[in-house]
Amino acid sequence: MTERPVSQGQLIWRRFRRHKLGTLGGIIIATLMVLTLFAHFISPYDYATQRRRFAFAPPTKIHFFDKDGRLSWPFVYGIQRERDPRGRWIYRENTDQVYPIKFFVKGDPYKLFWLIPTDIHLFGTGERDPNSPGQIFLFGTDDVGRDLFSRTLIGGWVSLSIGPLALAISLTLAIFFGGISGYFGGGWDNFIQRMIEVLNSFPGLPLLLALAAILPPGLSPAVSFVLIIMILSLLGWGSTARTLRGLFLVLREQEFALAAKAMGASHARIIFKHLLPNTLSYIIVSATLGIPGLILAEASLSFLGFGIRDPMTSWGQLLNQFTDSTITNLTYHPWLMIPGFFIIVAVLAFNFMGDALRDATDPFSVQGR
Amino acid sequence: MATSQTGKMLLEVKDLKKYFPVRRGVFRRVVAHVKAVDGVSFFIREGETLGLVGESGCGKTTVGRTILRLLDPTSGSILFYNNGTPIDIAKLSQRAMKPLRRQMQIIFQDPYSSLNPRMTIGDIIGEPLVVHRIGTPAEREARVKELLEAVGLNPQYMKRYPHEFSGGQRQRIGIARALALGPKLIICDEPVSALDVSIQAQVLNLLEDLQKEFGLTYLFIAHDLSVVRHISDRVAVMYLGKIVEMAETEELFQNPKHPYTEALLSAVPVPDPDYQRERIILKGDVPSPVNPPSGCYFHPRCPYMQPICKEQEPAFVDIGGEHFVSCHFAQTLKLRGVAEIAERR
Repeated sequence: MTERPVSQGQLIWRRFRRHKLGTLGGIIIATLMVLTLFAHFISPYDYATQRRRFAFAPPTKIHFFDKDGRLSWPFVYGIQRERDPRGRWIYRENTDQVYPIKFFVKGDPYKLFWLIPTDIHLFGTGERDPNSPGQIFLFGTDDVGRDLFSRTLIGGWVSLSIGPLALAISLTLAIFFGGISGYFGGGWDNFIQRMIEVLNSFPGLPLLLALAAILPPGLSPAVSFVLIIMILSLLGWGSTARTLRGLFLVLREQEFALAAKAMGASHARIIFKHLLPNTLSYIIVSATLGIPGLILAEASLSFLGFGIRDPMTSWGQLLNQFTDSTITNLTYHPWLMIPGFFIIVAVLAFNFMGDALRDATDPFSVQGR
Repeated sequence: MATSQTGKMLLEVKDLKKYFPVRRGVFRRVVAHVKAVDGVSFFIREGETLGLVGESGCGKTTVGRTILRLLDPTSGSILFYNNGTPIDIAKLSQRAMKPLRRQMQIIFQDPYSSLNPRMTIGDIIGEPLVVHRIGTPAEREARVKELLEAVGLNPQYMKRYPHEFSGGQRQRIGIARALALGPKLIICDEPVSALDVSIQAQVLNLLEDLQKEFGLTYLFIAHDLSVVRHISDRVAVMYLGKIVEMAETEELFQNPKHPYTEALLSAVPVPDPDYQRERIILKGDVPSPVNPPSGCYFHPRCPYMQPICKEQEPAFVDIGGEHFVSCHFAQTLKLRGVAEIAERR
């Protein structure tokens, strides 16, 4: 027993790191979070600026070799717009115009972290004229010529923050109601359980569609953001509260809880010091596994038109463009699906991490220690 | 260990009852009661150990928990003598109960579930002091170290977590926690029954040493008669929510007056392979405490049953020398104590 004492948290962390897929998920999530947090800085354009001359432009190719095949500083060719025989706009590279990629260039003004006004972007061509052929659209553009890469990063902020925020609210509700239900029992328990049953029997999707219909269309993006969070969290706390109630029922009869009662500890102390910490591993796991569901729920809401609205955006809202036009969108502009790929990656990453956390917090797992 | 029948009273329990409701149906109507403790009376004097024995499910643990008001009694009184003044804790509110909790503590059976796995040993043992706002953090830490030493553990262990300890060590931690407030009465709820025999002896010796050192009074709940005989000054035997017999330890073991006690004593193992014991096998099972038998609760299984036993409940009376029995034939039956059972080779 000369080894330094190891806390429960350290044990969990050790076991978590042993889970390769889970660690990968964690790294992906961390990367996505950093990308979206610095979205304004990393993206070369403002997410709402329209460059109508470049509507539906495909992803811009970045070249490392010049026309003569010599290695050179990365550059892009100018984009030239033409009509194809059917009259559709198509874009070609004009190899006579070379725009080297520059770092820390001045571009559209923005506020870093929504606070510090600046106009420095991580990279770009440095062309301030929206009609200049020297543009860099890493993921292409949408129907009004907004840069999809910039929009995806900004949209990620909404998609990734809605999950944790809605979860924080619904977990608070679940802990509060589940805790009261399980700890005090009796009439309150009965009442809360019936309430959860009513809540769980709401038909989710039709309810949301009905809400979408009655809400005024001119809702500001901030209001609709808050509304989505409220709706998702108010509808989602029931089953977590149930599980927590069960855990509290078991834990309050454990002898350590009785010992606390015997020494005269208050209800608050027993709940917050003895019972809640012992449900922590469940809470962590249910949170990580709950986030992908919320990301998908936000995506479905926005896809259906209720939710985040233009010009603000989210990954689900970006996919919403497919509902506006025909299937040709998909055939001719496949890059519009890129935000969907981000949803898949984020959801998978959260699931991997949740799995790893579940294994790591399971005290009976063999692979630990 | 010798008891005087004149010592100061510490705890007096009178006709204590604890019924648990059985609820059924949509409206959770109470359809019956589990009579876990059904009219129990006993007393403990300062500095002595009262053993409380009985088979599983007879209500021993419920008695212990009700005395500490971990459960609220259905009826009856629990007089605790706080410096000579009796206080009926059965009727106190939890708030009024709090200062008295410094006087009475509990040691639990299961050393694994009795320590919060998320707290360090130091926090666990120091928690009673925090709850009662005793001392500064530095003083509390010093007290925790003192307590760890008192129970035979290294004071450096206070930064560790319960999962790093063995069952015996955990039980010592539980004892240290119970001692933290300097209580007079400790309810030991089967404190050794989850431990190995070798560890049992260590923990029992520790409990005895602590009793001498701090002048503790124990209510020692157990189902192991040899453990009870070793540690108790007096013993009370419980059957189906009632105490059927209570006497000084050797008096009870040598001269039992209740047929149930006799049957229990015949089950005490004797460490002699040649020994052929005549065990008294009781017929049938323990009746359900939801619907106990009429008259004397023991009559359906009693080998000496008479018609009166079915109809009248025997009183719990002193038949001399503080030997309490609840049997119609306590004076007339010739029952065998442990010595006589052992003689029959």
